[in-house]
Amino acid sequence: MKTIYLDNNATTAIAPEVREAMLPYLGDLYGNPSSMHTFGGQISEAVENAREQLASLLGADPDEIIFTACGSESDNTAVWSALQTQPEKRRLVTTRVEHPAILNVMQHWERQGYHVTYLGVDNKGRLNLDEYAQALTPDTALVSIMFANNETGNIHPIQRMAEMAKEKGVLFHTDAVQAVGKASIDLKKMPVDMLSLSGHKLHTPKGIGAMYVRRGVRFRPLIRGGHQERGRRAGTENVPYIVGLGVAAQLAAAHFEEELFNVAKLRNALEQGIVKNIPDSIINGDVDNRLPNTTNISFKNVEGEAILLMLDRLGICASSGSACSSGSLEPSHVLRAMGVPFNYAHGSIRLSLSRYTTQEEVDFTVQHFPEVINTLRMISPFKE
Amino acid sequence: MWNYTKAVHDHFLHPHNVGPLKDANAVGEVGSLTCGDALKLYLKINDKNIIEDAGFETFGCASAIASSSVLTDMVKGMSVDDALKLTNKDIANALGGLPKQKMHCSVMGQEALEAAIRQWKGEPPVPHAHEEGKLVCKCFGITDAQIIRAIRENNLKTVEEITNYTKAGGACGSCLDEISEILAAEIKQKPLKELKPLPRITNIQRMQLVLKTIDEDIRPRLAADGGDIELVDVEGKRVVVALKGRCAQCRVSDVTIHDLVERLLREHVEPGIVVEEA
Repeated sequence: MKTIYLDNNATTAIAPEVREAMLPYLGDLYGNPSSMHTFGGQISEAVENAREQLASLLGADPDEIIFTACGSESDNTAVWSALQTQPEKRRLVTTRVEHPAILNVMQHWERQGYHVTYLGVDNKGRLNLDEYAQALTPDTALVSIMFANNETGNIHPIQRMAEMAKEKGVLFHTDAVQAVGKASIDLKKMPVDMLSLSGHKLHTPKGIGAMYVRRGVRFRPLIRGGHQERGRRAGTENVPYIVGLGVAAQLAAAHFEEELFNVAKLRNALEQGIVKNIPDSIINGDVDNRLPNTTNISFKNVEGEAILLMLDRLGICASSGSACSSGSLEPSHVLRAMGVPFNYAHGSIRLSLSRYTTQEEVDFTVQHFPEVINTLRMISPFKE
Repeated sequence: MWNYTKAVHDHFLHPHNVGPLKDANAVGEVGSLTCGDALKLYLKINDKNIIEDAGFETFGCASAIASSSVLTDMVKGMSVDDALKLTNKDIANALGGLPKQKMHCSVMGQEALEAAIRQWKGEPPVPHAHEEGKLVCKCFGITDAQIIRAIRENNLKTVEEITNYTKAGGACGSCLDEISEILAAEIKQKPLKELKPLPRITNIQRMQLVLKTIDEDIRPRLAADGGDIELVDVEGKRVVVALKGRCAQCRVSDVTIHDLVERLLREHVEPGIVVEEA
């Protein structure tokens, strides 16, 4: 059975070019970039080259990039640094639809006595800029708002929100883990102070992330120790993965147009094909303003985990915001924040594509989706 | 991904006895759309009190569908009395076990069975339904009677297990303390917070303990770095000390106070102690 991978917001395939570029650093080129000898020095060049490649994708300068282990580390560091450098400020602003990598960090600081404002969203998952403006108080240490939502693909108005924060003198961080390579990001124009990203959403292996810290923004490291990353993130560099992330960034820039047009075209065909053939199915999120690769569809009166297992039998990999699939007992916090009714929220499926997704895979999925939903609806006691 | 047994997969992908029975004379319904799973169980019971046929409709995950399917297989041919003796454990065992977070699916099956038989007998809905017993978990509508039954039948020992079996406390979590009390009463133990009362000591005892800890545990460590410490005052849980010798000029004296002095005093004397420098 062929695997049809439609779960690229969870993780992505490793690009062959990335793997190739990494291999020498898993072989003979094992030196430590901090060493004084040439053998180590050449490794340092590879790391700096990767830093330039990633900076160029974001419109940043290389010295504004810090390599980390993952998106979560970048998120933790951003909040930590903002609080440490501004001990007099006691407020944080975020949204109800963030990834747990931010939500749980915010809750942690809340327990330490900080006040956190969680901005709500409307039924399409959109933030209210008036509510946001009100939250920008003088004692706000940091605003952290995701660039794009991992479940719905919604893109938040980061340019405008970062400008508003800047006017009020409030630091602005964005978790751009889902957005890098899929949404237009130019940090030369966007007054974002800090940004988090993750390699494995961008076709590197798992275990590498990065953060952008605008030059001039005061910074305190979360991980202390050696002088790596100019003293901003201790720990011997994860050289092969850093090299891989550099190449992945270069590929993302090269494929950006393709992502915007071809991937979006496939996504639209998939989404329309499913919704057209299945009654009582709705698309969640802001369809006019979202990532080109993501769709989130709810099916009335069926449960998401059951849908996933039936798709799995067909080789189709997807994910669900249903309670049962996550091990929690409540459906996705994102869909609940949007006010999606329970009989739809439990039956939500996220399909996320990549530049490796093919028309054949989309056609196969569209063809088999109705039988999955119909089978489960036949078993369900709730019928319309 | 859940680690489901082959039996769960088989019953989920090829469920037995799907759909309403036309000539059912007993119907039990549990769960709701809001909760994320619901089961409607249909039974046909003959005049010898034997369950002749069974059917089901389920909204829920794979383990909910599999539990319903295997339950209908189990009860067919069973007497009503025997069916009433079935527990959620029997259902889970028939599937070769369920992941612990999914045990509530088997509980739902048992409850639907009981509801159907009570309806057939002309009795009011399930004894542990919401009318009887006190509502504990408002999110999922779970009563204390349902929680107690799950504890007894499955020998549950922790609040987490109770959530896995009944869903109670799995959403907002505001009833977790109450669940903890029910569990404590059931396993004939006092709730944890009463088991470990905070040590209450008098001011005199506290001062003596602080002095003893400083002399025996703290001073020797500071002495190793050429420093010393003097107790200035003890006022309730506020302990005032002065650092002497090298410690007095040390730039990290703050760290010494908090990471060493305060930590050791909290450990040896009382948790709430706060140390200040004179």
